[in-house]
Amino acid sequence: MAVDTMIVSERQAPAWKRIGAMREAGLIAIILALGIVMSFASPHFLTFGNLRAMLMSFSVEGIVVVGMTILLIVGGIDLAVGSVVCFAMVLAGSLFLTGVDPWTASLVGILASSLIGMIMGFFVTVVGLNHFITSLAGMVIVRGLCLVFTKGTPLSLFTLPASFKAVGQGTFHGVPYVILIFVAVVMLFDFLLRRATAFRKVFYTGSNEKAALYSGIKTKQVKFWVTVLCSTLAGVAGVIYMSRFGAATPTFGVGMELNIIAAAVIGGASLNGGSGTILGAILGIALLSVVTSSLILLDVSVYWQDMIKGCILLAAVSIDHLLHKRKAA
Amino acid sequence: MAAQPVLEVRRVTKHFGAVKALTEVDFLLERGEIHALCGENGAGKSTLMNIIAGVLQPNDGEVLVDGAPVKITSPATAQAFGIGLVHQEIALCPDATVAENMFMAATNRRRSPLMNYGALEREAQVVMNRLAPIDVRRKVAVLTISSQQLVEIAKALTLDCRVLILDEPTAALTEAEAQALFGIIRDLKAAGISIIYISHRMAEIFSLCDRVTVFRDGRHVVTEKIADVTPDDIVRRMVGREISQLYPPKQSPETRSDETILSVRELSDGDRIDTVSFDLRRGEILGLGGLIGSGRTEIAEAICGLRAKSKGEIALRGTPQHIANYRDAVDAGIVYLSEDRKGSGVFVDLSIAQNISVLDLKTLTGRLGLLNARAEADLARDFVRRLGVRMGGIDMPVSSLSGGNQQKVAIAKQLAVRPQVILMDEPTRGIDVGAKSEIHRLLRELAEAGIGIIVISSELPELLGLCDRVLVVREGAIAGELDDTEMSEEAVIRLASGVTPTDRTAIGRTENVA
Repeated sequence: MAVDTMIVSERQAPAWKRIGAMREAGLIAIILALGIVMSFASPHFLTFGNLRAMLMSFSVEGIVVVGMTILLIVGGIDLAVGSVVCFAMVLAGSLFLTGVDPWTASLVGILASSLIGMIMGFFVTVVGLNHFITSLAGMVIVRGLCLVFTKGTPLSLFTLPASFKAVGQGTFHGVPYVILIFVAVVMLFDFLLRRATAFRKVFYTGSNEKAALYSGIKTKQVKFWVTVLCSTLAGVAGVIYMSRFGAATPTFGVGMELNIIAAAVIGGASLNGGSGTILGAILGIALLSVVTSSLILLDVSVYWQDMIKGCILLAAVSIDHLLHKRKAA
Repeated sequence: MAAQPVLEVRRVTKHFGAVKALTEVDFLLERGEIHALCGENGAGKSTLMNIIAGVLQPNDGEVLVDGAPVKITSPATAQAFGIGLVHQEIALCPDATVAENMFMAATNRRRSPLMNYGALEREAQVVMNRLAPIDVRRKVAVLTISSQQLVEIAKALTLDCRVLILDEPTAALTEAEAQALFGIIRDLKAAGISIIYISHRMAEIFSLCDRVTVFRDGRHVVTEKIADVTPDDIVRRMVGREISQLYPPKQSPETRSDETILSVRELSDGDRIDTVSFDLRRGEILGLGGLIGSGRTEIAEAICGLRAKSKGEIALRGTPQHIANYRDAVDAGIVYLSEDRKGSGVFVDLSIAQNISVLDLKTLTGRLGLLNARAEADLARDFVRRLGVRMGGIDMPVSSLSGGNQQKVAIAKQLAVRPQVILMDEPTRGIDVGAKSEIHRLLRELAEAGIGIIVISSELPELLGLCDRVLVVREGAIAGELDDTEMSEEAVIRLASGVTPTDRTAIGRTENVA
């Protein structure tokens, strides 16, 4: 056996790329198909207003999805994102009402979110609890903090200056700032995830923590900072929501974490860590958003909506699991 | 002995994919006998025991209990037939108490829906007291490995079995604990229970057993009365195979060098390793032989900073090294390839290129902390070509490769940091024959290029065929060194199991002292 014959054309890379692309292509196909069906079913679906509303609605959640996807890749999970979004919003709002400049207040809100991430990261990496339990506790505690800050009543922030409100409500050459921010975040982290050494370590750690440790990677550090990143992005989303709604509600974002995790998983992130893409996760949240919008336009009872979304999640993940099993065989 | 054998296995065959683990094996267990089962690692002993205990199903052949053909479809069925198996590996619930663990299987068969903890603990303590003074109310997690092994044995004693299978029960026990166990085994025999005793230790087999069966390469070789054989006979029959010519030529006397690459002095970890000293010379492949669990892996781990050492010096080309963790070892030029390829060797769902670059990230990182994708691809392509990895492309996940090619990627990963010493633990485990000899040739080439190579292998032919020199490890210490002229499977087995080639009464004595 000569060495030359053993190499079967190494340039034939696309085989796996095609499979990798298939997931995203499949999601795009499903979204398009749903869009075509809906454009016949409802005259309101394919209007500029509705499309823009849909894009707006998942743009801010999309920022949180980015953080969650990276955390899932490292093998973690964060159930507290909904609470942290709300916390950043409520904290920044309260500070603003005490007379702090809204930009400074927002920065404090975001930094406080990072701090929450650090505390959770501490419990995960130093104390040694798992992400699920730590963030479950975080979810409840932070939600409690929101209620404490507001004494349970929504903060009305109609006095926010127009320059600040513009972040959530204004447009740049007709494109909402929210969408621009979202696209920037997505592109930045998509690039980093593919190219930056620091983020490559996220994949190594999530794929096989022991092997990563044996390769000299400081896996605990990696897990800590990814946890912080996820919380920080949730904080960013929180202040954007505040700007957009001109209000801060202590019950905002209840159940949001499930939507976020569902989107990342539909987009191909594995709960076992080691895999996931930003593009996939964004398509995942787009799909959920199109479904929600469709259900509303079709006048489906709210009571049914959650059930239908749950079934879609189950179907998407099952199909993915079966495809993977076949690939491995 | 009664005329009707309590357990009989007829022409049983078992294969895993293309690998034949057992080929038309016969085995016969008489009532009330202690029957030793011997064979090298991989000879098929454990496979047969797992079939008898219902863990595995045979592809062909039949199992008879009391002369009647039966199907043992699960461990629960085996228990119903009165067959109990003490696994070599410990399978206990660490958070449950000793008593709860002991009665796990028995509880499963009980009819009462409620647990009677008082009675459970009393019964458990009675059984346990015969073995060792262990409080049955303690949690298993706090016990030492040898105590856990005793719990595993006690667990089997709580089932009223007629056939008891012990798979290397003394591997983790101290001498006193082992003697207590032998007493119990003799009591069980007196009570009419039949015992299958798997062990590598000749002294135990000769002091305890009535008959012995030898397996080799998944086949039954011979069954004899212990009184009619010597330890030498058994060792010879366990080996009895010619070494194939699949291995690359060894170092010739002219190329042999006296230059020492790695020297290890009085390495101990206060637990599994006991004052290990040796030198690795330039250009040689040094083998570490010994039984599974003898401490070979632990020695490698201690050298590489993966296991804390209590004392000992490690020097590379005469320079003492301070290796506190694995990163230090890699920086010094010492890399370790784990035996557990999937568990701690490769990242199966990441690409080949990403796997090869993992140890070398620093040199591949350019400005702004960005990874130089082209350099990474070049590195991967280079190694893939040199090692002859068969694949679809360097972007393919490692999971798409065969075992042999996965191993080549794991080796490439280590080579990417230009190491001076590579320690390989079971480098060809679970790899088909063709890929095996490719890896052997690769290792030889690396050795000729001046890299020091240490190979740990449980496969004797590999150890003898590949290595220029073999150190045999026994109970955490170097039991002996064999150079090319002294090497033989018998010599390795003798050193590994503590059998000297002299008469057998002497063996028993040395074993007891050890």
